[in-house]
Amino acid sequence: MPPGVGSTTGSSAVPPVVPTTPPLEEETSPSPSSSTPPGSAKQPLPWRKRFAAGVRHHPWMYAFILPGLLFFVVFHYVPLLGNVIAFQDYSPYLGVTGSRFIGLDNFTALFRDPEVVNAILNTLIISFLQLAFAFPAPIVLAIFLNSLLSERLKRWIQTVVYLPHFLSWVIVIALWQQVLGGAGSLARGLELVGIESVNLMSDPSIFKIMVVAQVVWKDVGWGTIIFFAAISTISAELYESAAVDGAGPWRRIWHVTLPGLVPVTVMLLILQLGNVLTVGFEQLLLQQPAVGADAAQVIDTFVYFRGIAGGDWGVSTAVGLIKGVIGTVLVLGANRLAKRLGTDGLF
Amino acid sequence: MAASRAPWMEKPGPITRAVKVVAIALIVLVMLYPFTYVIFASLTAPGGTLHFGLIPSDWTLDAYRSVLSGRIIPRALMVSIGITAVGTVLSVAVTTMLAYGLTRTKEIPGSKGVLYLVLFTMLFGAGLIPNFILVKELGLLNSYWSLILPTLLSAFNMLVVRNFFMQIPQELIDSARIDGASDFQVFLKIMLPLSKAVIAVIALFYAVGYWNNFFSALIYIQDTSKWPIQLVLNTYAVQGSPISQIENPNAAGSVTPQAIQMAIVVLATLPILCIYPFAQRFFTKGVLTGAIKG
Repeated sequence: MPPGVGSTTGSSAVPPVVPTTPPLEEETSPSPSSSTPPGSAKQPLPWRKRFAAGVRHHPWMYAFILPGLLFFVVFHYVPLLGNVIAFQDYSPYLGVTGSRFIGLDNFTALFRDPEVVNAILNTLIISFLQLAFAFPAPIVLAIFLNSLLSERLKRWIQTVVYLPHFLSWVIVIALWQQVLGGAGSLARGLELVGIESVNLMSDPSIFKIMVVAQVVWKDVGWGTIIFFAAISTISAELYESAAVDGAGPWRRIWHVTLPGLVPVTVMLLILQLGNVLTVGFEQLLLQQPAVGADAAQVIDTFVYFRGIAGGDWGVSTAVGLIKGVIGTVLVLGANRLAKRLGTDGLF
Repeated sequence: MAASRAPWMEKPGPITRAVKVVAIALIVLVMLYPFTYVIFASLTAPGGTLHFGLIPSDWTLDAYRSVLSGRIIPRALMVSIGITAVGTVLSVAVTTMLAYGLTRTKEIPGSKGVLYLVLFTMLFGAGLIPNFILVKELGLLNSYWSLILPTLLSAFNMLVVRNFFMQIPQELIDSARIDGASDFQVFLKIMLPLSKAVIAVIALFYAVGYWNNFFSALIYIQDTSKWPIQLVLNTYAVQGSPISQIENPNAAGSVTPQAIQMAIVVLATLPILCIYPFAQRFFTKGVLTGAIKG
């Protein structure tokens, strides 16, 4: 049933793992290089020896690792190398090895492209709006739900607000269209009072607000989980002594709850910073036909339309590569900054 | 409502209570209204209206009959079910194996390196185009495997399981090995049975992921007859392609296009709604075990 329990013997970048002898051996103490006589005597390197001994003593462990390792090598590290086409005049017929290298031409072409500028601007605006509204929303909701005393009511509301997280973007957009779109229930309701043809889903001028609203609707509930966990670790004594000192409910939130949420918030902010150039690819792609590229082209959709739909492989890969590098740099930088400011950071 | 109020808590005044009740009602309404509206509207007969914008005046299942007796929707549902079933089994198998393989980094030379290799992928992804070209070069375009293999393993899920495995008492494993159990037997007879809860969590994560996957099919599957339900849903319910293609011609005319659209939305959502009540309590646990210490 499981793929590749010893059966995947493809020659890959991985040293061969051959789970042949049934591993009914004596207890293997974590002694590395002491016991290694026979087959592996070719390599003098101690690490090789240790590795060979490991394989011999724990063939199953290596067999367990192999399929997963293969996956990460093939589907994460090979594409990483594939980024060389950002420096090529890539043609699918010539392939990665046959295409001509053109240095940084793709990168220079990119910054002269008005579409790229538009996509970057849209991405940053949406990112900023999300940071301003979608990011704090779960904190507010978590604090509100935490103020409810009835556990049953709390759990019931949680069940309701978590639900949209599990829907695909296609379903979310379809639902929103049925409610707020041109033939939706809002438009019909407004027709009854004489307001005609309201379609909130195809209006480019409010599109970015709608995008953030959709994100809040889908994920605000889910986002509360981690804040709930953090709130539950705040000692009740802190609240009590604050109350004794005369702090009302609002001041207790300000002076006890919020400070207790700082570490988690910092952690999530760091993660979020790594994503400033990533705004819901599917969400935007699905709605682009309705509102047009001016409002809904972001970096990811640009890469998709230019590359996969348009065949301009080099330029779109260059965009993707820059994006990935900036994202990583931002995460590392934010992490360092967070540590410097005295919080734990992420790693 | 008051279950237990600590003595130092002040009793909320009537205004506070009223505000809270209104807030709760609003939250629940905003979250649930789209679902209830779409479900009820899909059940409304042509010419029927919705009382209070919600309850249909005339009920009918015609939209579902029409859609399910057509060709496109049942096929797309079958594709999605198949991908979800096969993908989830493979993903859980490979994830748990890798997670166990990486639990004893001191004993297993090289496994620490693999762990770092996996962690690094969480920091830096390769980007859309290189992934596409890889799948193309592997000859997986238009193959159902392109919907499974590129998303087979999630580093996050692997870490969740690994964390759980690491918490299983070492004495259990040691005593089994003294009794002569191989690493394989330890995995199968000790690790897996003791980790049912966390395995259920990641199985549900993977299943939801496969069911909801739109992106892979969009870029890897050009043959529309192989499309999963999410893409079909996009074509007909979001982008508004003519509904006549998915209806059964024999049933045509008896239902409004909008009811058909809503019926597809409901059909695509139904599996999620069905597993959700069981899944939800697992999910929160799983997220927290993985998220806090990575």
